[in-house]
Amino acid sequence: MQKIMVGIKRVVDYNVRVRVKPDGSGVMLDGVKMSVNPFDEIALEEALRIKEHGTNVEVVAVSIGVADTQQQLRTALAMGADRAILVQTDTAVEPLIAAQTFLALAKRENPDLFLLGKQAIDDDANQTGQMLAAIWERPQATYASKVEIADGKATVTREVDAGLETIEIDLPAVVTVDLRLNEPRYVKLPDIMKAKKKPLDVTSLDALGITAGALLKTVKTEPPSQRQKGILVKDVPELVAVLKKKGLI
Amino acid sequence: MPKILILGEHDGKTLNPATQKCVTCAAAIGEAEITIALLGADTAAVATQAAAIQGVQRVLRVDRPENAHPLAAIFAPQIVALAADYTHVFGPSTSFGKDLTPRVAALLGVPQVSDLMAVEGAYRFKRPIYAGNAIITVEADPARKLVATVRVASFEAAPLGGTATIESKAVEVALPTHTRYLGSKSGSTDRPDLQTAAKVISGGRALGSAENFKLLFSLAAKLNAAVGASRAAVDAGYAANEMQVGQTGKIISPELYIAIGISGAIQHLTGIKDARTIVAINKDGEAPIFEVADVGLVGDLFQIVPELERLV
Repeated sequence: MQKIMVGIKRVVDYNVRVRVKPDGSGVMLDGVKMSVNPFDEIALEEALRIKEHGTNVEVVAVSIGVADTQQQLRTALAMGADRAILVQTDTAVEPLIAAQTFLALAKRENPDLFLLGKQAIDDDANQTGQMLAAIWERPQATYASKVEIADGKATVTREVDAGLETIEIDLPAVVTVDLRLNEPRYVKLPDIMKAKKKPLDVTSLDALGITAGALLKTVKTEPPSQRQKGILVKDVPELVAVLKKKGLI
Repeated sequence: MPKILILGEHDGKTLNPATQKCVTCAAAIGEAEITIALLGADTAAVATQAAAIQGVQRVLRVDRPENAHPLAAIFAPQIVALAADYTHVFGPSTSFGKDLTPRVAALLGVPQVSDLMAVEGAYRFKRPIYAGNAIITVEADPARKLVATVRVASFEAAPLGGTATIESKAVEVALPTHTRYLGSKSGSTDRPDLQTAAKVISGGRALGSAENFKLLFSLAAKLNAAVGASRAAVDAGYAANEMQVGQTGKIISPELYIAIGISGAIQHLTGIKDARTIVAINKDGEAPIFEVADVGLVGDLFQIVPELERLV
């Protein structure tokens, strides 16, 4: 294991209550706090743990996004990534384009492992890792809750609906991570200072030969429908009566 | 006419009900020809079940030993080969479908629409973003094949009683050997599956211990319900992770959901918003769970739960 690449996405912070614009053209993002996608933080933490248990493992954080995405990459560097690459673009990048961009970077960097969050908490698409693995023609292990690396292979425990599934994949491979894999470390102030000196390269979709553009058209954004306000019951017998009346018990 | 290929999910014995929900979504497109593809080591039994779903014209069986376990890297090239005859490829938004369909889409060189929750046309759909806090309407290019996952919580299961034809299909594509199945471990098996149960009882951090979760298991046994937990209860070590209900756990849509000692964090509410009836039991009358509950009862869960068990 020599090199691990980690996909980092800049997203609206998970504590922000997202609101739809009144004209239905999207969600309100002005002045909203932006952070590293929480699942990507877990991916980075895993890469750092593999690095700390190995020798000479380099961790490269990569992102695609607006110029300010450098903030999230600096966070990744402060957590412990060795260097970072930003593919800067002002266009929203869909998962297939993101996968093509990561593939272009992977071909340049030749990582043994490409780690990503299982999904980003903005578009909730849950596609980029699988798409990258497909076009890279390499294995994928999604929803990882345990990753063990040995002898050019990874043994990955996956969280699936029925419980846990374990698969073995040859490296290089793409692994997307789930919540249970680890608890990401807190960034300390000296690390933030050190991160300022770490290399952060900025490139463009053009330079990587990627054509940006919307493959899917979002025609409308609306708030979800609200549930109707319910009733309060005073005690258990009344609750049982209501449920019986509804034919639920 | 749209020709829709649905990726049937099964364990070799039983067809997952998510498949029936995909059929309902596909049928909503209207005037569509619907086929279910079943990949497995031996799909004879599940093919019979799939053929009985109303609205399905054809069931394709692709049996080969390599298909014994649903590995995306093995399945995807075969589905790409099958997809040649279709305009749409739908998978369920279960861990099976979410793992597999993006790999299919990327091999086809097309985008994917994730989590279809409503159909507005053959190439126009609604889907949730930001954990369901916004709903977008997306349009895909009819010149391309459309690959999508179907949000199972948004559709009823298509009824049985159909008589589709069953065909065995040999798919001659090279399969990778870089991905190998080692094993599976399921959680509890003596209770209904959380994802598909008609009734679910969930506990939150207010339960206070793993020991106290037994109160819920006991009530669940009487109601034939599955038991879930909030993320807070899972994080506190009171319940297994596979019991987690919410945006970061399982998104479910039971007929009856009883939230016990759950305050109602936004990520939990996202996971239950399609439940038919939500009952909340909590000592804090101001808890956000009461905002979404159809029936609320304010009080001490340690008195209410045993009493409820006696009375049902």
